Amino acid sequence: MRTPLTLLSGVMAVLPDHNVNTDSIIPSAWLRSATADLARGLFGARRFDESGRERPDFVLNQRPFRDAKFLLAGENFGCGSSREAAVWALARFGIRCVFAPAFADIFYENAFRNGVLAGLVDETTWLALAAAVERHRDAPLFHVDLPAATITDPDGIRHGFTVPAGRAEALIRGDDEIDLTLRHIDEIKRFLDTATAERGWLYRSPLDGPLEPQRTTP
Amino acid sequence: MADSDRGAQPRAPVRTSPEGAEPPRTVFDKIWDAHRIRTLEDGRDLVFVDRHVLQETTSAQAFAGLARAGRRVRHPELTIATQDHILSTVPGRDETTNPDGRELLGLMRSNAGRHGIRHFGLDDPGQGIVHVIAPESGFALPGSLLACGDSHTSTVGGLGALGIGVGTSEVEHVLATQTLALTRPRPMRVRFEGARGPGVTAKDLILYMIGALGVAAGRGCAVEYAGAAVRALPVEARLTLCNMSIEFGARLGLVAPDDATAAYVSGRPFAPRGADFERAREEWRALISDEHAAFDRDEVIDCDRVAPQITWGTSPQDVAGVDGVVPDPAGFADARRRDLAAEALRYMGLEPGMPLEGLPIDVAFIGSCTNGRLSDLEAAAEVVRGRRVAPSVWALVVPGSQAVRRAAEARGLHRVFQDAGFEWREAGCSMCVSINEDVVPTGARCLATSNRNFENRQGRGSRTHLASPATVAAAALAGRVTDVRRTEVFAGEARP
Ligand code: SF4
Repeated sequence: MRTPLTLLSGVMAVLPDHNVNTDSIIPSAWLRSATADLARGLFGARRFDESGRERPDFVLNQRPFRDAKFLLAGENFGCGSSREAAVWALARFGIRCVFAPAFADIFYENAFRNGVLAGLVDETTWLALAAAVERHRDAPLFHVDLPAATITDPDGIRHGFTVPAGRAEALIRGDDEIDLTLRHIDEIKRFLDTATAERGWLYRSPLDGPLEPQRTTP
Repeated sequence: MADSDRGAQPRAPVRTSPEGAEPPRTVFDKIWDAHRIRTLEDGRDLVFVDRHVLQETTSAQAFAGLARAGRRVRHPELTIATQDHILSTVPGRDETTNPDGRELLGLMRSNAGRHGIRHFGLDDPGQGIVHVIAPESGFALPGSLLACGDSHTSTVGGLGALGIGVGTSEVEHVLATQTLALTRPRPMRVRFEGARGPGVTAKDLILYMIGALGVAAGRGCAVEYAGAAVRALPVEARLTLCNMSIEFGARLGLVAPDDATAAYVSGRPFAPRGADFERAREEWRALISDEHAAFDRDEVIDCDRVAPQITWGTSPQDVAGVDGVVPDPAGFADARRRDLAAEALRYMGLEPGMPLEGLPIDVAFIGSCTNGRLSDLEAAAEVVRGRRVAPSVWALVVPGSQAVRRAAEARGLHRVFQDAGFEWREAGCSMCVSINEDVVPTGARCLATSNRNFENRQGRGSRTHLASPATVAAAALAGRVTDVRRTEVFAGEARP
């Protein structure tokens, strides 16, 4: 079980860049240990200068946005490396929902698996949300209602976002994916039995081979 | 809230013929369907994972998760592990040479040992980059579905396998269940027609394609690379092509297997043998896209027009022919792209209109899962043979696996490189991701055969240009970006 996500209130920060990659979300310097401080590593190279001092111009270093729970991001957010630490870093920092016009595929999967909502917003909604943040820079407080798939801005205006029903329900219930899959374990076993009968060449213990690859020429 | 999953968007209509014959399918569809266990309530497919490859930087938390839940590895015999990302590539290395890597390297070794998983550690002759050892050991096979906690798993598509790059939670999911719950990708095709000119490699073709179609064009797709120019590529070059499907935003890329693929696989340690191999080969023959199979998107690239490519910006789509110039951001129609290009030029220290050829470089890196195979090292060595690296350039060759290193040494390639002034390293990811000690100095310009030119990827403030092994080799010698077609290797070869 994960912490279920239904209703959330918090600050929204805007990062308008397109194609923000996971190297940028969590630079590799924070991947060297299983126990690195990922909250600090979030956008590490953009948040801190060479000597580790905060760059005041980066949005997450600015007053209300330091406590952001929601991130409004650009196209193709989370592209590049599959590093799941990108989602962990967002979550450890406190961001539970990212809204963008589109997400990179692996990031999208990783987000839901870690209880982070990746909500799709259209261009009009994106601009309206960004404008609302701008109007309320001192207290950009938003409310996300996952069952209703809406975001209420500080002026009380409701905006819709898109999330597949099955994924929303899983976040609401706090599902564990492995438990869900293991419910089908008999079917998985039957599948492998049939597949082994049909394609024995693929499943006959691959590790029986000698240890040393013998040839490398094409 | 949408009813169906995002990726279950417009699927190609299923055509049924009046005779009740099988509807035409793409090669991707055929392999996917053979691995689908069931469709889940949320629209995703639960698929069986035939092969699973582990590396040290994305598996530690997965094993920790298994331990917390008291679960075991369901099929250790379908899993292999290696150390590649964070280990040192310095000759004579061990797990402590890069002190920062000790923890994760140790965890990979102990987790593999505890769960009975075959571990190709840094002292094992089979060690190497995940996407290099999976094909070369025969672990990845045509028609198989292979998962790995690393985005460039698409590489094995060069054999006609479905290579699925996943995150750490999914690694844990595969370890516990030997399955993945995935949104079915939509089939897309890119046909490379015509023929490559001299000095133009698979790396140039894929960079050109990403430049032409953009880094998000493949999102949600399984891309089949087809056409005469792809058929003509040796298998190792097809691995290079499929490797960079990720830079195109695709879920995976693949090339339908053919006789060359079967010949490549035959005799490799984990490959089927004897009657099993003959059976397999028969089945691989059916792995082609049927004539009327529907693709969500179909693109054509005319290879005759492709020059050796080099990136100028901080995204793989920021690419041009080596005989071209740095573009003027004002020339991009899209306002956001304009801003990004301007920002990229500032970061890269370039001005619009500068010719790419002649740009001085500081570092030359030959290696990675994109271009760290034997044929890549041979192509670079051909350019280097008998010449010297420019004194101002730090040049290194990092074979993609120990098997590649041994094969290259058997051919004397290490001497060609060392005599020229290149460092000759042990196998690993090295300067592709720079999480070991192989870091590009701040502000230095590096020509690299890897796949990502993101800001700070090779070290803080590093300036990365992506290119083919031959182009990087030529630049290392000249100390500046060079059109490889002008070097002696290609001089005299007529341009098509
Ligand atoms: S060589 Fe680079 S892209 Fe390939 S697996 Fe290693 S770090 Fe990833």
